[in-house]
Amino acid sequence: MSAKHLIATTDFCVYHQLEHTFITGLQEAGLLQITIVNNTPHIPESELHKLERMIRLHNELDINIAGIEAITHLLKRIEDTQEEMRLLKNSLKAYE
Amino acid sequence: MRLYNTIMAFIDYYQILGVTKTATDKDIKSAYRKLARKYHPDLNPNDQEANKKFQQLNEANEVLSDAEKRKKYDQYGENWQHGEQYEQAQQQQSRQQRSYGGGGQAFDSGGFGGGGGDDFSDFFQSMFGGAAGGGGQRRQAKYRGQDYNAELQLSLKDITESHKQTLTVNGKNIRITIPAGVENGQTLKIAGHGGPGANGGPGGDLYIKILVSDDQRFKRKGADLYSTAKLDIYTAILGGEITAETMTGKVKVKVAPGTQNSTKVKLKGKGLPVYKKEGEFGDLYITYDLQLPTKLTDKQKQLFEELAKSSA
Repeated sequence: MSAKHLIATTDFCVYHQLEHTFITGLQEAGLLQITIVNNTPHIPESELHKLERMIRLHNELDINIAGIEAITHLLKRIEDTQEEMRLLKNSLKAYE
Repeated sequence: MRLYNTIMAFIDYYQILGVTKTATDKDIKSAYRKLARKYHPDLNPNDQEANKKFQQLNEANEVLSDAEKRKKYDQYGENWQHGEQYEQAQQQQSRQQRSYGGGGQAFDSGGFGGGGGDDFSDFFQSMFGGAAGGGGQRRQAKYRGQDYNAELQLSLKDITESHKQTLTVNGKNIRITIPAGVENGQTLKIAGHGGPGANGGPGGDLYIKILVSDDQRFKRKGADLYSTAKLDIYTAILGGEITAETMTGKVKVKVAPGTQNSTKVKLKGKGLPVYKKEGEFGDLYITYDLQLPTKLTDKQKQLFEELAKSSA
């Protein structure tokens, strides 16, 4: 992955006024992928959207990492269910 | 401050948060947290109602969690429309007091200043001058822009190949590519083309829901298409050829002798393109609809009778 698509976690934490332990906590919970470049942890750009959503949940709703893990899991299930429902609806149309 | 020349409904912020007027700061914070967890846009993706409710909650919290704003809100209550006259009277009185050397303090309605109150109601902006972020912490916070949702109607023919389309969103032209084989109801995300972020936050995303119209000739199931074709009794019995419609034009299809009604034949690769798999296509399934002759000439009737006798 090109370095221009990576953001150093320290820079990210300063920008968002975050404790570094929050980022490592998310990583340990398997909610965030960290890439090490020159012994320095970096966040891939592709993870940013997801990470910013988790920061909002933490900052705006006081949800801890365990809660974020549960919510992320449930949101994924909702997305999968909605996708399945959409495909089934389209399949049903073929028989109408 | 805008003039009260339009009718704006009074908004009961206490009712929105489900607290009484005597609620403490702790009660308000707790009620806000509880409801925000229920209606937060991140927990209710693509739910406009929840989004609206969350904005109302934010507005109510913005006022009731700020001592000064709450005081002003409580002071005017349902008579908030007369607030401006009241303020003017107060200011006039204050000026008079100052000119007489008095120490009266004018009410500074601009004290809640700041921009970005676009998500707040007219009621809020009339009363507090369009200020979101009165609290110190909020003033610094960066907010991601709002996600926009749009719908795009396409025909089945439109999705037989990828094509570029220019959409106008908030006055800006966006050129997007709709991939061939896109599903009905599928949502395409155009990153960064939603609402602008606040305080340096990133822009929101644009979500385009694709609606594929029904086609009278074809039913769709994934990339496969289904259609029916009329088959006369003679071709069904003796075999032959019919002309069938596909998405890309008419083709000739061989019919085997002795073909039964409702027989299904597959035309390989004559369905829709498979989404994001270049060069792959679904199949077209044609079901034969056998047409029996309804008006026979005497000669034809005689021939059928002979046929019936010979097969008896």
